[in-house]
Amino acid sequence: MTSETISKTLNVSIWRGAATGGYKSYSVPRRDAQSVLDVVTWVQRHAAPDLAYRFACRVDVCGSCAMTVNGRPRWTCRSHVAKVIEDGRLQIGPLANLPIVKDLVTDMSVFFDKWHKARGSFSGRAGRHDPMAAILPDSPQRAAVDEAIECINCGICYAACDSVRWNGDYLGPAALNRAWTLINDQRDCSNKARLQAIAALGGCQNCHSHQTCEELCPKGLNPTKSIAGLKRLSLAAYLKGDLA
Amino acid sequence: MSLRLYALQRMTAALMIPLIAGHLMVIFYATHNGLAAAEILSRTRGSLFWAAFYGAFVGAAAIHAAIGLRSVASDWTRLKPGALNGLMWGAGAILLALGTGAVIAVVMP
Repeated sequence: MTSETISKTLNVSIWRGAATGGYKSYSVPRRDAQSVLDVVTWVQRHAAPDLAYRFACRVDVCGSCAMTVNGRPRWTCRSHVAKVIEDGRLQIGPLANLPIVKDLVTDMSVFFDKWHKARGSFSGRAGRHDPMAAILPDSPQRAAVDEAIECINCGICYAACDSVRWNGDYLGPAALNRAWTLINDQRDCSNKARLQAIAALGGCQNCHSHQTCEELCPKGLNPTKSIAGLKRLSLAAYLKGDLA
Repeated sequence: MSLRLYALQRMTAALMIPLIAGHLMVIFYATHNGLAAAEILSRTRGSLFWAAFYGAFVGAAAIHAAIGLRSVASDWTRLKPGALNGLMWGAGAILLALGTGAVIAVVMP
């Protein structure tokens, strides 16, 4: 026996179809300690077997179950229905700012394309025979990396960002946050090209510091702060004549 | 927004911080002492200092606001870059003309 009890029925609206789809209502048994992912899974298993959605770990680690819940991007596995329901209403849609593949599944390609455009990959100069780089744990650069390194690219910040919504070219919080960690990594050797990439059209200067990314990041990161660091660096480089 | 416009907007913002503080002090001084328009004009007319002060203020505000309007229009409308630049230059020219007219009226002997 479990402690869960069916107390009532929950009316849930779930996005069905691609970009031209719409919300469809389902009645789902209400249970104690029920997550939004539980609701979506119940609908797929009992009401709509063709419902498409993503999840993997179910335990607040991987970030693949990100969806829009009552207008806000959230990890559905960690979102308890009791905490996110508003006036008895639960609306579940795909992440915003990304093309919809089907139902609750979005195409993350543009998110990762921008991550690469911001030169999010590490470029080292040392070979295997070179000595290990000595990085002081309490150095300011390492501290800046520590604050931003835990991003797992779930796309919540990208879906939450007004600047991304308004400007399709904007690289977005996750890509710029990643660039900030590499710019502060003294082992990386492509920072000049990275600075050019993050200061080009669609770069860090398009952030309006609304801080929605910080408010909604499930990992508690502050991409706005990372982007502010990039703004300072790019402005200084521009004034020195290093950036056009 | 390009980095050039971003830099220009930040630099004009930095320039306006002391100018706004000075402008507010002028307002407080004038109202606290109950100065009439003629008394204010007697101090500002022919003054190179006030011409430079408010001339710089008008120039910085025109540049700063025009870039800001371009940014708002870029976010909220579907205008193309050419139209956005036209809006920016037009808004900047209007603000500059209005502000320059006001400065001339206050400082010209």
